Amino acid sequence: MSSAQTTIDHSAAPLPSGGSRTFLRRWLEGDEVAHVVTLIFAAGILLLTSMLVWELWVNSHLSRARFGWDFFWTKTWDPIFDHFGAAPFIYGTLVTSVVSLIIAVPLGLAAAIFLAELAPRKFSDTVAFLIDLLAAVPSVIYGLLGIFIVVPLMRTTIGPFLKSTLGFLPIFQGPNYGVGFLTASIVLAIMIVPYIISVSREVLLTVPREQREAALAMGATRWEATWQAVVPWARTGIMGSVFLALARALGETMAVTMVIGNDPKIAASLFAPGYTIAAVIANEFTEATGDLYLSALIELGLVLFLMTFILNGLARLLILATERGGGRPA
Amino acid sequence: MTKLRMIWRKSLNYFMLTLTGVAALGVVSVLFLILGYLIFNGGSSLNLNFFTKLPVPVGETGGGMANAIVGSLKLLFLAAVMGLPVGLIAGIYLAEFGGKTFSFIIRYTTDLLNGVPSIVIGIFAYSIAVLPVKHFSTLAGGVALGIMVIPITVRSTEEFLKSVPRSMREAAMALGASKSKTILTVVLPAASAGVLTGMLLALARVAGETAPLLFTAFSNQFWSPGWGQPVASLPVMIYTYAIAPYDDWHRQAWAAGLVLLLLVLIANVGTRLLLTGRGATRSA
Repeated sequence: MSSAQTTIDHSAAPLPSGGSRTFLRRWLEGDEVAHVVTLIFAAGILLLTSMLVWELWVNSHLSRARFGWDFFWTKTWDPIFDHFGAAPFIYGTLVTSVVSLIIAVPLGLAAAIFLAELAPRKFSDTVAFLIDLLAAVPSVIYGLLGIFIVVPLMRTTIGPFLKSTLGFLPIFQGPNYGVGFLTASIVLAIMIVPYIISVSREVLLTVPREQREAALAMGATRWEATWQAVVPWARTGIMGSVFLALARALGETMAVTMVIGNDPKIAASLFAPGYTIAAVIANEFTEATGDLYLSALIELGLVLFLMTFILNGLARLLILATERGGGRPA
Repeated sequence: MTKLRMIWRKSLNYFMLTLTGVAALGVVSVLFLILGYLIFNGGSSLNLNFFTKLPVPVGETGGGMANAIVGSLKLLFLAAVMGLPVGLIAGIYLAEFGGKTFSFIIRYTTDLLNGVPSIVIGIFAYSIAVLPVKHFSTLAGGVALGIMVIPITVRSTEEFLKSVPRSMREAAMALGASKSKTILTVVLPAASAGVLTGMLLALARVAGETAPLLFTAFSNQFWSPGWGQPVASLPVMIYTYAIAPYDDWHRQAWAAGLVLLLLVLIANVGTRLLLTGRGATRSA
């Protein structure tokens, strides 16, 4: 989808609404009516987004009043005694997202470099389309494959292998159940790689040809030209793609819920089962008895919203900055 | 010394370039792996019953997901009715009327709304469509999906309207058409294939959403007449069946996964072919 969008010519600016005609004339011909009506719908999006924030804020009132800032550091999540803390979920969300980035960024960047720098344009476009398809696969299907492929693989192959080679690190110790932080991170990595590739490829393609030619003319190898002249030019946009991917990873619900083990504990080991913000909302929202319980879950939703909101905002700005920065050195 | 360095640089060059190719190949192969695995596992469980029968209780074999298929279609219908017009009209505003600053704000907000995790959209839909009436409903699920449709439609509509050449608008205006007339009779028809494609892709994307439906449309083992009752949908059924401990349910989950994936892929590939076909005839 994104590849289709970016090839479009942006030069066609909106026409001025005929200045020589009087306001009354424009109104009668429908121009002003059309303007106002479309404006109302566009403003509706602002309204909708503000309503979303408002509802999250108001409905989490009970929990915010009761726990205050302690909500963020408290490690217990106990619906029976109405004691709620977000720490295990925030921890789980951050760990799975960061680990998935560690797996996905090198892979995605490498693939994007191949598609933008080496592959012939037609081939590259086809592959990019297939990768966009990968991004269109519903997350519940990734979860399905996670349960039936990645979890058994983790239990029998990946887990034991990591233990025997890197077992001296505390993150690869402890019992391995198959479900846990690492399994969730692997599934997440597969899900976010398409976003990194898609955006990074676009950004790399906007790097001016001279940048490559100059490096090659200086005697650089193809790789050196790419790594030292092209990638640095595009680095802001690539950062943007990583932020976008991170925002996706933070908010991903179904696939993670299905493979993380759903246990609200903070454990150093990546093999341990954990829980994420999105997963606990998905699992417990319909069962939340009591207003405080529901309110605590909605506050978790608010936290998740703010995390992704800030990240997305930053990502858009970064990508915008690179795309507009064409023609001047990074 | 310099010779050694040359050899090192050249081998590094080949090594890294090969690595990038392997990475690209690896990622693309995941798509075929997913498709192949789903066909392998889901294909055998896919039969006429799947499309015509209701789910059966645990222990009985057979049964299907007819109610979930219909449920998904109903939810998509609601999402289309609520989300597409808003997205289309707001998109027209951005492409044709918008000023600089206000458009930037709208565009930015739209992108941010697009990035809101679907589970959070679910909470929002819950608080505006479930809390007031105190029960889950098809309508609430439609609201959740409808909200998700809006930002995708806005951006695609805007892109495709902007791709209509300026000369076409100028020609219409030179003939004396007002701006609104130009948009309705020249710009929109010229961009219609693209705009429709964008809408279809938006629907394809929300068709696979599970998280926002969990506590809005909920689920249902039976038919759900009307719009006021909880309703089953394919993604939620896949989720419930996949995490259940029964082999027969797992088989059904695979079958449902295959149906859902095929729907989404066909929508994506189909629109892509349609668009490139149109593009070719237009430039010829």
